[in-house]
Amino acid sequence: MINYLPRYILTFLILVLVQVLLLNNVQFSGYLNPYIYVLFILSLPFETPKWALLVLAFILGITIDLFAHTVGMHASATLFMAFLRPAILRSLEPRDGYQLETYPSIRDYGLNWYFRYAGILILLHHLFLFYVEVFKIDLFFQTLSRALLSGLLSLVLILLIKLFIKK
Amino acid sequence: MQNLLRFLLRYHFTLLFVLLEVLAFLLILQNNNYQNTRFVEFTRNLEGSFYQKTMKVEQYLNLREKNRQLAEENEELRNYIAAHLQTGEDTFRRQVDTTYDQQYSYLATRVINNSVNKQHNYITLDKGRYDGVKPEMGVVSGQGIVGVVRGVSEHFSTAISLLNSELRVSAKLAGSGYYGPLQWNGGDYRYAKLGDIPLHASVHEGDTVMTSGYSAIFPEGVLIGFVEGYEEKGGRFYEVDVKLSTDFKRLSHVYVVKNLLKEEQDSLESKIPAND
Repeated sequence: MINYLPRYILTFLILVLVQVLLLNNVQFSGYLNPYIYVLFILSLPFETPKWALLVLAFILGITIDLFAHTVGMHASATLFMAFLRPAILRSLEPRDGYQLETYPSIRDYGLNWYFRYAGILILLHHLFLFYVEVFKIDLFFQTLSRALLSGLLSLVLILLIKLFIKK
Repeated sequence: MQNLLRFLLRYHFTLLFVLLEVLAFLLILQNNNYQNTRFVEFTRNLEGSFYQKTMKVEQYLNLREKNRQLAEENEELRNYIAAHLQTGEDTFRRQVDTTYDQQYSYLATRVINNSVNKQHNYITLDKGRYDGVKPEMGVVSGQGIVGVVRGVSEHFSTAISLLNSELRVSAKLAGSGYYGPLQWNGGDYRYAKLGDIPLHASVHEGDTVMTSGYSAIFPEGVLIGFVEGYEEKGGRFYEVDVKLSTDFKRLSHVYVVKNLLKEEQDSLESKIPAND
């Protein structure tokens, strides 16, 4: 675990920078805002203590918030996602359980497994985020479609990152 | 006591989640309702200095385009001065007493953060309280209006963008003079809607839409955009689609507008008994 600490710190920094400097400034036609920084929470090891998941999610979210001018929104959505991660992992557990020395990645558990794992969590995160963002306006279906489409785009981007960057 | 400890240990995951989530929501609410709390000002300063640094790099990449725009604006201003000098206007008095007939003054600032893809878009400017920026001042660019200043810290200020469904601007049709509220509807960042134009007004595609000057925030006649289309709304009014003249995705140099006579106008108008 200790050996992987520098790598996770680096992942954290790179994802935040890519999100803040690149993706927050790119607009894919009015409605779509991909948020790939959640990849950090997705790629944490299976044996990460649960409290650490939440603390890391909060720090990650609030960091994104500071730069996106949305204090608290990304933090609350990322927390929500981190809170549900253990339950999702349990429900997707293979018959013989998760092996030691493996990670929640395409390499260890296959594209099909990863697609479901990342897809569910990204969708939950985006739904929470987009509804918190509109908060007082009652544009239910517009927000739903924005969350779904943006979630799909984030998922595709994250799958591409995972497929092309072997970590 | 032991039971309490055991309870805390057993449910620490859920408890910690609830605690942090409550904290996050407190931050959201605080941020939404009180733009000027110390925390937001702190993050604004932090963010401001951060974007100032990234902006420096970005600006080099856009220098050619910005030069062209500034040159165009200069040309326009020179023409304006030349035209007014020839009419024999009394320019001397203007220098002696600037408040005698000059109602608006402009402060050049740079946009250091901007967004067009949210429902409530804001712009961060690199001038603040020390430079005389105050809330409720207008923000315009060489291409047209941009927004209204909301929050101010020492060296930075945030402006509510025209691309924010909470901002309404009083606008009029240049040809006929009919006016109504102009508002962004949260969709395409290039279009806004102008309402309350009576049915007997003649509206044509391509008509110029400009500020009415009734709000004491913007001078009269600042360009907003051009009529793109219109439709009857509720049988009594036209709703006009306006193509905005300002390109909000490429804002960089803007001016904060100070109305030198705003207090005078507001205090006079506040004495009129309201009878709507």
